[in-house]
Amino acid sequence: MRKFIDKIKPSFEKGGKLGFLHSTFEAFESFLYVPDTVTRKGSHVRDCVDLKRIMIIVVVALIPSLLFGIWNTGYQHSAAFGLEWGFWQMVWYGIVKIIPLYLVSYIVGLAIEFISAQIKGHEVNEGYLVSGMLIPLIVPVDVPLWMLAIAVAFAVIIGKEVFGGTGMNIWNPALLCRAFLFFSYPSKMSGDTVWTGGVSRYMAEGTAYADGSGLVDSFSGATPLVHATEGLDALNAAGDTFWNMFAGIIPGAVGETSVIAILIGAVILIWTGVASWKIMLSSVIGALCIGLLGNAFGTTPEMTIPAYYQLVMGGFMFGTVFMATDPVTSAQTETGKWIYGFLVGALTITVRLFNPGYVEGMMLAILLMNTFAPLIDHYVISASISRRAKKVSKTMKIA
Amino acid sequence: MSDNINLKRGLNVPIGGVAAQQIKKVIVADVVALKPTDFRGLVPKLLIHEGDRVLAGSPVMADKADLSILFTSPVSGTVKEIVRGEKRKLLEVRIEADKTVEYADFGIRDPKKLSADEIRDALLASGLWPGLVQRPYGTIANPNTTPKAIFISSFSTAPLANEVSFSLKDETENLQAGIDALSKLSNGEVHVSFNSKEEGKNPLKDLKNITAHYFSGPHPAGNVGIQIHHISPILKGETVWTVTPHILAAIGRFFRTGKLDLRRKVAVTGPKATAPSYIEAIAGFSMKAIADMCDSGDGDVRYISGDVLTGTNVGKEGFLGFFDDQVTLLAEGNYHEMFGWGKPFRSKKFSFSHTYFSWLTPNRKYAMDTNLNGGVRAFVMSDIYSKVLPMHLYPVYLAKACLAQDIDKMERFGIYEVLPEDLALCEYICPSKIEIQSILEDGIALMMKEMA
Repeated sequence: MRKFIDKIKPSFEKGGKLGFLHSTFEAFESFLYVPDTVTRKGSHVRDCVDLKRIMIIVVVALIPSLLFGIWNTGYQHSAAFGLEWGFWQMVWYGIVKIIPLYLVSYIVGLAIEFISAQIKGHEVNEGYLVSGMLIPLIVPVDVPLWMLAIAVAFAVIIGKEVFGGTGMNIWNPALLCRAFLFFSYPSKMSGDTVWTGGVSRYMAEGTAYADGSGLVDSFSGATPLVHATEGLDALNAAGDTFWNMFAGIIPGAVGETSVIAILIGAVILIWTGVASWKIMLSSVIGALCIGLLGNAFGTTPEMTIPAYYQLVMGGFMFGTVFMATDPVTSAQTETGKWIYGFLVGALTITVRLFNPGYVEGMMLAILLMNTFAPLIDHYVISASISRRAKKVSKTMKIA
Repeated sequence: MSDNINLKRGLNVPIGGVAAQQIKKVIVADVVALKPTDFRGLVPKLLIHEGDRVLAGSPVMADKADLSILFTSPVSGTVKEIVRGEKRKLLEVRIEADKTVEYADFGIRDPKKLSADEIRDALLASGLWPGLVQRPYGTIANPNTTPKAIFISSFSTAPLANEVSFSLKDETENLQAGIDALSKLSNGEVHVSFNSKEEGKNPLKDLKNITAHYFSGPHPAGNVGIQIHHISPILKGETVWTVTPHILAAIGRFFRTGKLDLRRKVAVTGPKATAPSYIEAIAGFSMKAIADMCDSGDGDVRYISGDVLTGTNVGKEGFLGFFDDQVTLLAEGNYHEMFGWGKPFRSKKFSFSHTYFSWLTPNRKYAMDTNLNGGVRAFVMSDIYSKVLPMHLYPVYLAKACLAQDIDKMERFGIYEVLPEDLALCEYICPSKIEIQSILEDGIALMMKEMA
């Protein structure tokens, strides 16, 4: 293998006949092998962690959510059509539905990454490994693939490459992809039927995926967030008990339903230090604060839902653990992280409680706070510098 | 220790090859080199020609900015070669040494009885003056200023560092004479910092006329820049001077013997050193003299004058730097590692992060090499630098200000308080492999140019 790579390498170098594909070759080579580059300036030894390792940790942390999402897709389909499938049938259905999402996400996203790296003459960044993993997990399972392809292209080009690639972007690319889908194709992306696999097709063509059996009478397809607008009783009546929502046996975007799977990911991220526990914790605190405030007033049915229910509904946990903590687009100072996380949580619940037209606030809250993160950092740093200057001048006077 | 400053943030890089506390050999130098590149921002003016005879202590070059600052030969002999680089930049003056060193006589004097001016003139003439480093910027001290204070770190936490408790254990009187001399040059005090855990063995502990401070914690707690930050931060317009214990001893020796004697015990360390231990050598000695201590069995070896984080790659025919008291021998890491980043375990490599499992074996030492372990990327993990920087600074913002060449922001983010060595660990742990030290070096060069 190594010999083969060394043999074909010269033709990809500058002046070689395939020299224009240099970035692409480099990406594949460094994917297989840690490169043989040695330190030139500065520290002569370096830690063995690199960005690829960090990205792969996030991908690993997402695997529990993905696996659960595969099963839940099949389960929801089976329940909607009254199929009474066994475990492996559900998993198989989930795989058939979700693999195409991944193919589209990675093929479109990576193609754009490779092309832009080629144009700029840079190395290919590994950031899309994570974005590409995230995107299928936060879209409805029935999203048409061509829409997903356009949304991915938008997210990668406008969200990332125009700013200069991974590390330079302002907004989380995966969320931008979802936002694009929701605002560009509202008729396809909202309503109660997109969240359960196969239902869109049933509505359009009158046939279900498996054997043509119709929807069961009790099927509503609505996510708990929709039921929640009618109050706690409606929520429980729809089968969305706290524990069902905690386990994730509810309709919703592919990977966002199971709090258990997400918490496994959170433990991996926090333990490896890849994501900030401060942002996660403060986001939960922020959500609880506004939730409790809502409980205290209780003027609408939604406000009577206990605050802790808000944590397990919709994309809140998924967004808190995997999206809000993106090190590039979140606040970077330690104090800033507390403020940023708190506002993410608080804004999410505010949108949920006061905007009946749009029940999921997580996406918009994070994108908005992404926008303000540099501002938060700016004020945190200014305050810290002036505080220290005061302290120093005080001790100087005493001395 | 009542006023111990405990610094929690940092990292002792677990590299193998610590020097055993014994003298392996005494090196009689045949060729030594004087390198203007050891001094930040120096533009040298040559005072000799090839073939000239010099004594130990005879001037070889001077600082163009202030011709009273002399650089002198550490040995007696003949100027053999003047090595120049691009644009005729002076890189090295090589001097072929005599068998027995003849010293220029400066006269034995007691620094306590000398005035500040006499001490300054004596140090300038001896060539020891450039051993005084001025902050901000880490340049040669300006003899026309009086610093706010002088700082000395009596211990080093750098990887495989030279232990002064061994290498300076017989030099207490020289160190005291050095303190006596320097204390006259400053308005303020001479601050000496100790490692609160190992103060007992430190040869500087009984010195008089100093203000002692105590620090504990991992590297970079032993960096004088970190210590100044916690003792008395440098504000705009202030200058402080720093000096290393080995230079301090040389200054004391100079006053007590009347000779410029730059011999020092140098630690030969690193994974590629066959028997890591100390040697008696002189500033500027040739690495050829320690070729027998290097295990060059398979692959190339990098000879570093200094430690692995901040030292200079001098090559196997290079020379020890003026300030350095350590040589580190490392294997060159020019190999490909299949699926390196994807393997769950990578037992031969160390990582500060928990993304690998090296945290399970905290006492293990690693045979590190010079592989970059990844590719260069943009800043992504922006919050990890502060985990190894025990200063109230925002290193990413400082680095970005340097990249943007924004003087105001560099000032605000603390360019006066840091030298590249203080942020070397940030560079070590960076997953994006960003060269913080050279970014900072460029930033400092810009400040010196703009603020001059």
